[in-house]
Amino acid sequence: MEPLVRHRGKVARLNRVNVDTDQIIPKQFLKRVERSGFGQFLFYDWRFRPDGSINPEFELNQPQYSGASILVAGANFGCGSSREHAPWALLDYGFRIIIAPSFADIFYNNCFKNGILPIVLSQAEVDDLMEKALAPGYELEVDVERQTVTDGHGWVSTFSVDEFRRNMLLKGLDEIGLTLQYEAAIAEYERKRESLQPVL
Amino acid sequence: MPSSRGNTKMPKTLFEKIWDAHVVTQPDGGPALLYIDLHLVHEVTSPQAFEGLRLTGRSVRRPDRTFATMDHNVPTDNPFDVKDPIAAKQITTLAENCREFGIPLAGLDSPDQGIVHVIGPELGLTLPGKTVVCGDSHTSTHGAFGALAFGIGTSEVEHVLATQCLWQKRPQTLQLDLQGTRAPGVTAKDVILGVIAQHGVSFGTGYVIEFTGPVVRAMSMEERMTLCNMVIEGGARAGLVGPDETTFAYVRGRRYAPADSEFDRYVEAWKALNTDEGATYDRVIQFDVSDLEPQVTWGTNPAMCVGVNGTVPDPSQYDNEVERKAVEQALQYMGLKPGTPIQDIEIHHVFIGSCTNSRIEDLRVAAEVVRDRKVAPGVRALVVPGSKRVKEQAEAEGLHEVFKSAGFEWRESGCSMCLAMNPDTVPAGERCASTSNRNFEGRQGRGARTHLVSPAMAAAAAIAGRFVDVRKLMTSYQTS
Ligand code: SF4
Repeated sequence: MEPLVRHRGKVARLNRVNVDTDQIIPKQFLKRVERSGFGQFLFYDWRFRPDGSINPEFELNQPQYSGASILVAGANFGCGSSREHAPWALLDYGFRIIIAPSFADIFYNNCFKNGILPIVLSQAEVDDLMEKALAPGYELEVDVERQTVTDGHGWVSTFSVDEFRRNMLLKGLDEIGLTLQYEAAIAEYERKRESLQPVL
Repeated sequence: MPSSRGNTKMPKTLFEKIWDAHVVTQPDGGPALLYIDLHLVHEVTSPQAFEGLRLTGRSVRRPDRTFATMDHNVPTDNPFDVKDPIAAKQITTLAENCREFGIPLAGLDSPDQGIVHVIGPELGLTLPGKTVVCGDSHTSTHGAFGALAFGIGTSEVEHVLATQCLWQKRPQTLQLDLQGTRAPGVTAKDVILGVIAQHGVSFGTGYVIEFTGPVVRAMSMEERMTLCNMVIEGGARAGLVGPDETTFAYVRGRRYAPADSEFDRYVEAWKALNTDEGATYDRVIQFDVSDLEPQVTWGTNPAMCVGVNGTVPDPSQYDNEVERKAVEQALQYMGLKPGTPIQDIEIHHVFIGSCTNSRIEDLRVAAEVVRDRKVAPGVRALVVPGSKRVKEQAEAEGLHEVFKSAGFEWRESGCSMCLAMNPDTVPAGERCASTSNRNFEGRQGRGARTHLVSPAMAAAAAIAGRFVDVRKLMTSYQTS
């Protein structure tokens, strides 16, 4: 996983609440057995019309948002299924940061496993960014270490991410590798459980 | 037993007892390394995880605590005729992965095959006090047994395969106390839809929900599974019901359940799992079911829901602009006008199935409504049992004949029309009364319009060709 320490990028807005993972990546695209190549299907039913042509009304299709790497969205982003194809698609499309007033639990967690940082800001701050992101070329800079977001023109905010996850992001750590360092503790736990008779 | 092993006498909730018993280590006050007792695997969210193991030369730590099946992609008219080459690839990939890593698999030809959340309980894999995970958000279903069960992403699937553990931040607890008496014809599905309609699609975010109160105590295991299945639609990763005699009676004698000779010893331990007198939750919600009607969703998330005698809402009644816009968008997608009575909405498809409502009891209730009646002209109606065993049982009871003679299609087990990943889909612009759990845009097919209901309500809709209050159709309900 690529470490994420500091990131500057163009901001796209998706002013909708409760965006579910079925929307982020419709299920007909879940059938691949690889992790890559999902970006082309991101928000498929919104980005494309039924005949396959581009839907110019959908926010992300507006030319000013092409190449954006920071997404600002409404509350409860990523609700629904546990499919990790959702963060894979966002990442593959180019997003590394998602800012929203709240996220669904499983999605939030899945983001970190893929080097995407979900940032929770207040509703007022998100509303503010929604406004600002209307201007073409609006950019933000995110500092993962100091947990700040700024646009370099006076707009500054802070966020918090628990230390464990922040550390994984900063170092781009392989979580399984980390866990395997606790192999002795796991083995000990298993021994204890099984000798106690495995009721619990 | 953790409750007596702990050196303090602090009263604990069911959740706390299970959690505490599974913490392997918790370095520096960070997340806990939680031990996983049961890992269920299916074909859609696992291939990248196994690939990850291969790339890093890792193996599966406990194949004996892992169990796989195929459900999402399976064609329910003929499971062996997978026409979509990519679906076929996922199915064969799972079979190969299970062979390579020594994982037991209920494959397409196994009598154990079925929807992952139906077969776990059915086989006695799901037991009180266990931690259960699966790469699927409806893993919450298993919480009905007093197991801590939650959905995970594919990276975590790989992590559990390799280590049998997960790093987890301790969630908060929410007590959902169900009080009152359900009116006849009001099912567990209506209760959970009613709760979500009132509290929204994210009230449970960050919480494990424990259902308490006389309503849940009186519920069967099937009903409790329906409740817990849908807590994720309220944002909670896990739901719990304290184990009791209903639980033990369901579990006893199942293949992977403790043998009869030791069963009583287990029951004693399971009873002690229940929340102690005086234990507290981070949040408490009281919900009275007494006035609840059978529910029907009108929009594009499960909270957009109203009683069957209600009407489609008017966006102009919402003060909050974002909410108003969401309702407008939903009505546009659903092709509905504000103020339309729910019972005027005509449907073209009926789906009775999914991990929410495809168990034997669901099929019995639906069959009771359908018996000696006919599916309305122009309606396509499907019954898809949740597992091969459910199908067998239903056939032994003659339910398939009831459905078939009414004009329903009687299918093989699988996820089917719950999500458009197999040939069972709803065409764009058409309306489906569905017993599944999600009515998101496109869930049953691009442009498909899903209305979530109970099995009884779906059956009634099939007969009437529109939504009706099932209570008017059921003589047994009228007299009881
Ligand atoms: S029936 Fe539906 S919700 Fe349940 S596991 Fe299958 S696809 Fe998921």
